[in-house]
Amino acid sequence: MGISIWSQILQYLVTGVSIGSIYGMVAIGFNIIYNATGIINFAQGEFVMLGGMIMVTLTAAFGAPVIVAFFLTVAIVALIGGLFERLAIYPLKNAGVLSLIIVTIGGSIVLKGVAMFVWGKESYALPHFSSEEPIPILGASILPQTLWILGAMLLTVVLLTLFFRFTLIGRAMRACSSNRTAAYLVGIDARQMVCLSFILSAAIGAVAGIIITPIALVDYNRGFLLALKGFSAAVLGGLGNSAGAVIAGFLIGILESLGAGLVSSGYKDAIALIVLLVILFVRPSGILGDKEALKHRSF
Amino acid sequence: MIVFILLFCAFPFLVGVKSYWITVFIFAGIYSLITIGLSLLMGYAGQISLGHAAFFGMGAYTSGLLTTLLNWNPWLALLAALLLTSSAALLIGIPTLRLSGHYLAMATLALGEILVIFFKAEVELTGGPSGFGLIPRLSIFGFVLKRDIEFYFFVWSIVALALVMAMNVIHSRVGRALRSIHGGELAANAMGINTSSYKVQVFVLSAALASLSGSLYAHYVTFVSPTACELKLSVFLVVMVAIGGMHHLWGAIVGTILLTVLPEFLHVFQDFDILAYGLILMIIMIFAPNGLVGALAALIQRLRRRFLAVDSQRRGVI
Repeated sequence: MGISIWSQILQYLVTGVSIGSIYGMVAIGFNIIYNATGIINFAQGEFVMLGGMIMVTLTAAFGAPVIVAFFLTVAIVALIGGLFERLAIYPLKNAGVLSLIIVTIGGSIVLKGVAMFVWGKESYALPHFSSEEPIPILGASILPQTLWILGAMLLTVVLLTLFFRFTLIGRAMRACSSNRTAAYLVGIDARQMVCLSFILSAAIGAVAGIIITPIALVDYNRGFLLALKGFSAAVLGGLGNSAGAVIAGFLIGILESLGAGLVSSGYKDAIALIVLLVILFVRPSGILGDKEALKHRSF
Repeated sequence: MIVFILLFCAFPFLVGVKSYWITVFIFAGIYSLITIGLSLLMGYAGQISLGHAAFFGMGAYTSGLLTTLLNWNPWLALLAALLLTSSAALLIGIPTLRLSGHYLAMATLALGEILVIFFKAEVELTGGPSGFGLIPRLSIFGFVLKRDIEFYFFVWSIVALALVMAMNVIHSRVGRALRSIHGGELAANAMGINTSSYKVQVFVLSAALASLSGSLYAHYVTFVSPTACELKLSVFLVVMVAIGGMHHLWGAIVGTILLTVLPEFLHVFQDFDILAYGLILMIIMIFAPNGLVGALAALIQRLRRRFLAVDSQRRGVI
């Protein structure tokens, strides 16, 4: 009996870590755009949904091999992200943050509507990347897809860190987020960087969507809740702080899976949101600190 | 204002007292109550809320449950709903509005989702996803508001009152303080204006209006279910305010009427109407960020200026 409860908890932890990786990636997507523009992109969840949907279409309808379909999907969604910025954000020029946010809300509705138009209201599944045979570990079992998710998430984080630290463009983007005017003075085109941040965010969203679809179905309406939970992770980790986002993503994923398993499955989707409200109330700077909130604290 | 009142009094007799349009306009009135508050919040306090459907739902469910389960007087229930909703708004508003940036949008969004999950999960209390009915109608001094036409006049009188109140708010100390936020929040703070406290006040006021609207909805429809207060409504309300023009209170009314009437013509699109709303929202924000009423006001001003310029030119020549 004692052993079985522990292996059950271990099982919840495993599930929590895999779904938490997705929340973390969505949160990183929020952070990249937030750092570049100061806005919260409400269409972030739609990028995840599009990633899953396009991947399903490419592999199932066109029979593309997984690896080709993967990169093609990421490229397409990144393109959609870039177009979204050019068509909706760029023309607004000197608009306030409020107008920008409203536009991203409009954009998310449009993307969702288009997805409903193209794929209908059905849910779609994707075959697992490798075998579906669970690997037993300490009484719990891990699906190989979970390992794929973890691996993809870690790889994304490593690549992003390298990009922001060592490439010229990455450093230019960081310069823009820390001081836009100063970056402009040394010849960095801030507007290009904003566009790039949308492309990057969309690509990360697409990766998250592709790797989660084999264990959780995808439908046109899926993006919204993922975005909200990803945002909870972003705030918990400190808005703008990507290391925090990953840790917070894990935390929220685990809490959610434990809560659903041990407390009540009816309230599963509420757990991340309650965490969000509590953290805004108790410590709005998140666990690892957030520039905006910290600035305010010093008053 | 007088034109507005005359128009609304004449309307039922133009379309017929028993016309379906009366029902449509009752809903427009119910939603106008929310958008008036939302317009104060967006246009004057510069904050966006994606959870006003939640406050609407709180009002509707509290009114509905107290009157059906505990047989409370509807007016007493309405007051209780107002109190409950305002306290919830205060709890959400205080931490989020103290931060700059747009935490409020996500926090209210989360609140709305939690509430819908709660309404759906507590089947014994709220009837779950299918909701509950048999909510009594409102009565004024023993006169039950049974017919649509009676409710029409009742709702729009309340809208008129809310509008007058909102205008007073704009021209009061709070309104001036809020406008100073637009001019420069830092400068306003330096002048000793506690901007975040004013933002919280406006947010609570707008939530209270949404609760009132929810209570009226419950007593008019006599049935409440989670679909009535889902996220879609929150987004819809924001679209209404943005389309009408968030810097004008009249914009809220215009936007609300427009978006309540429009679906009657968009039936052909079925579920894809949402796509149309998304596109309308984006196009308005890009090409007319001040909304329809804002664009109209700018046009009138430009025409007037041109007219004055021509006028003074002529005078100068003579």
